[in-house]
Amino acid sequence: MGPIVQNLGLSTEINFLIAFLLGIGFGFVLEQAGFSSSRRLAGMFYGYDTTVLKVFFTAAIVAMAGLFFMNYLEMINLNQVYVHDAAIWAAAIGGIIMGGGFIMGGFCPGTSVSAAAIGKVDAIFFLGGLLLGIFVFGFFAPMFSGIISPEEGSYWFVDSHKKISDALGVSDSIFALLLIVMAVCMFVFGEWLEKKFARPDITKEI
Amino acid sequence: MLEKKKWKYMNPYFAGTLLGLVLLASFYFAGQGLGASGAGKKVVVTSVIAVAPGYAENSDFYKDFAASEHSPMYDWLVFQVLGVLLGGFLSGALAGRLTWKVERSPKISRRKRLIFAVIGGMLFGFGAQLAKGCTSGAALSGMATLALSGFVAMVGIFGTAFMLSFLFKKLWV
Repeated sequence: MGPIVQNLGLSTEINFLIAFLLGIGFGFVLEQAGFSSSRRLAGMFYGYDTTVLKVFFTAAIVAMAGLFFMNYLEMINLNQVYVHDAAIWAAAIGGIIMGGGFIMGGFCPGTSVSAAAIGKVDAIFFLGGLLLGIFVFGFFAPMFSGIISPEEGSYWFVDSHKKISDALGVSDSIFALLLIVMAVCMFVFGEWLEKKFARPDITKEI
Repeated sequence: MLEKKKWKYMNPYFAGTLLGLVLLASFYFAGQGLGASGAGKKVVVTSVIAVAPGYAENSDFYKDFAASEHSPMYDWLVFQVLGVLLGGFLSGALAGRLTWKVERSPKISRRKRLIFAVIGGMLFGFGAQLAKGCTSGAALSGMATLALSGFVAMVGIFGTAFMLSFLFKKLWV
C-alpha cells in the first residue's frame, strides 16, 4: 500500500532516486507540452494560446481522480500523503506576488527549469531572479513570520479547514465532480478563446 | 519551405494526462507531490551558509539548515528538480529544440526581456516563500489533494497574472 517509500521503509537514497526519476518525467512532459516557451505560457493571459489552462487542469483532475481510485482500491493511505498547508493569507499574498512574477517573467519555477534545459536564455535569467528573490526574502523572513505561521486569534489567523471540500461543506467526491465539470467548461472556453484571439504570427513562431 | 520541420508539441490534454499520472506516481511512491521552488531555496541556503556562515547561524531563515548535519542539498526536491533539468533536455533533444534563444515579442529588446525575466523570477521566488511553494508545489499538488491553500494560491497566481496582463502586453504580443 502506498506511499511505497514510507510503508516499505525504503532508504532515503532510494527515495531520492525515485525523486530524480519522477523529475525526469515531470521535465519531459513540461517540455513536450511546450511549457519551455515563455510566449506560449503568456499566451494564456491574452487568449492566443491556452495550453497552460488545458495542461494544468487536466493534470490536476487526473491526479485528483487517481488518488480517489487508489484510495477506493486501498492502494494508498491518504493519511500519509502530504496535503499543502500554507496559512490562507500567506497563500493568497504569496499567490498574488507570484502572479505578478508570472506575467512579467513568463515562467513559473518548474517551467523555467525545463526551458533552461533546452537553452532558453530568458529562462536562465528567470532562474537567477528566482534565487535572488529567495535570498532577498531571507532578510525579511522575520517580518513575515506572523503571516506564514499566524498565532490563533491574531489578525492573520483564519480558522479554516485544511481541505477545500470541508471548507465548502461538501463531500470530497461532490467537490471532485464539481471541479471536473468546471475544468471541462474551462476547456471549452479555452478553445473558444484560441479561435477568437488567434495570433498565427505568434503561434507559428513558438 | 526549406526550413526543417520541427517536432510539434504534444496535444495539451494528452500532456496534461501524462503530467497528472507523474504527479499521481509521486504521491503513490513518495507520499508527496511535485515541486520546484523548494529546490531553489536549498541552493540559496547552501550558498549563504558557504559564503556567510556567521550570518546564516543567526538568521531565522537559515539557522535550522546551518545546524543540520546534512547538507541542505541532501533533499528530495533537489533531486527531483535535477530530474526536471534532464527530462526537459531529453525532450528538447528528441524534438530538435535545443538552441540558445531569448524568446520575446519583436516589439521589445533582448535586454528588456531579460530584465523582466529577472524581476519575474524574483517575485516568484519571494512569493513562493510565503505560499510554501509555487505553481507546482502549492497550486498543482495542492489542488490534487484538495488542499484549500493550494486553491487559494492557484487563484492568486492565475488571477493576478490575468489582471495585470494589460500592463505587460507589449512583452509578449
